[in-house]
Amino acid sequence: MADVLERVTKIIVDRLGVDESQVTLEASFKDDLGADSLDIVELVMELEDEFNMEISDEEAEKIVTVGDAVNYIKSQL
Amino acid sequence: MLEGKIALVTGASRGIGRAVALELARQGANVAVNYAGSEAKANEVVDMIRSLGREAFAVQADVARAEDVERMVKTVLDQFGRLDILVNNAGITRDNLLMRMKEEEWDAVINTNLKGVFLCTKAVTRPMMKQRYGRIINVASVVGVIGNPGQANYVAAKAGVIGLTKTAARELASRNITVNAIAPGFITTDMTEALSAELKEEMLKQIPLARFGEPDDVARVVAFLASDAAGYMTGQTLHVDGGMVMP
Repeated sequence: MADVLERVTKIIVDRLGVDESQVTLEASFKDDLGADSLDIVELVMELEDEFNMEISDEEAEKIVTVGDAVNYIKSQL
Repeated sequence: MLEGKIALVTGASRGIGRAVALELARQGANVAVNYAGSEAKANEVVDMIRSLGREAFAVQADVARAEDVERMVKTVLDQFGRLDILVNNAGITRDNLLMRMKEEEWDAVINTNLKGVFLCTKAVTRPMMKQRYGRIINVASVVGVIGNPGQANYVAAKAGVIGLTKTAARELASRNITVNAIAPGFITTDMTEALSAELKEEMLKQIPLARFGEPDDVARVVAFLASDAAGYMTGQTLHVDGGMVMP
């Protein structure tokens, strides 16, 4: 399951242009990684494709940190 | 001008939508022809587009229903693999004086003419964001800018479309998706055919170019907004009305 974090990290690095070292479980997409609301929508879309799952708008709104995303994905796999 | 582009035109079986679908095809686009009820007329448009050497198919959907809209957009993506141009054209009228207007008349027009634009725009946003390319053109109306007695529902919906256009333009600009509106004036279609001779005479006096518009007059402007020539325009409302309104 460790590779969930790896795959999520790669998408975040590609999409937001941040350094891999910034992508920690505690990092907030908005406050720490500089994502705006549209970036977050796009990240969720890419995560859906990467993990072949649907993330509802309600669930997506709860995803604030990298850890939130990883935990949600793990819970659905 | 639109070589290889994929377009979806709502309400494309008749009137302005039909002219738009044909013009986009003439400019090189493959076109999904949406209709709500007029299947035979939609198929005619499809045949005409194919005879121009482009691909086309008809897709039924009531744009006021989210599940119809999602199915329609999925069908387009399945058939054509992408979606570059959305023309939100589907519209209805239920004219009545404000004091006589029934709640159903209000709701029907708002649902198709305003909510329909919201639902279709929302549904295409995802594929267009991924493509980093999109052209959304909303068909508003001059009456959405100046008002018109007997059309409180239609005018409110069309004014709403202009506001929605501006907001969608701001939200999506960073993803290379432009959103513009056109405001046709008096265009000769089934919708305006229903108006009385006196009213038409009265309208004509308000038009500096002194003629009613044809659907093709509107379609050519839509094709321009859909093209790369309009790549630096977004959030705008272009009036195609013979000079009737000069905002």
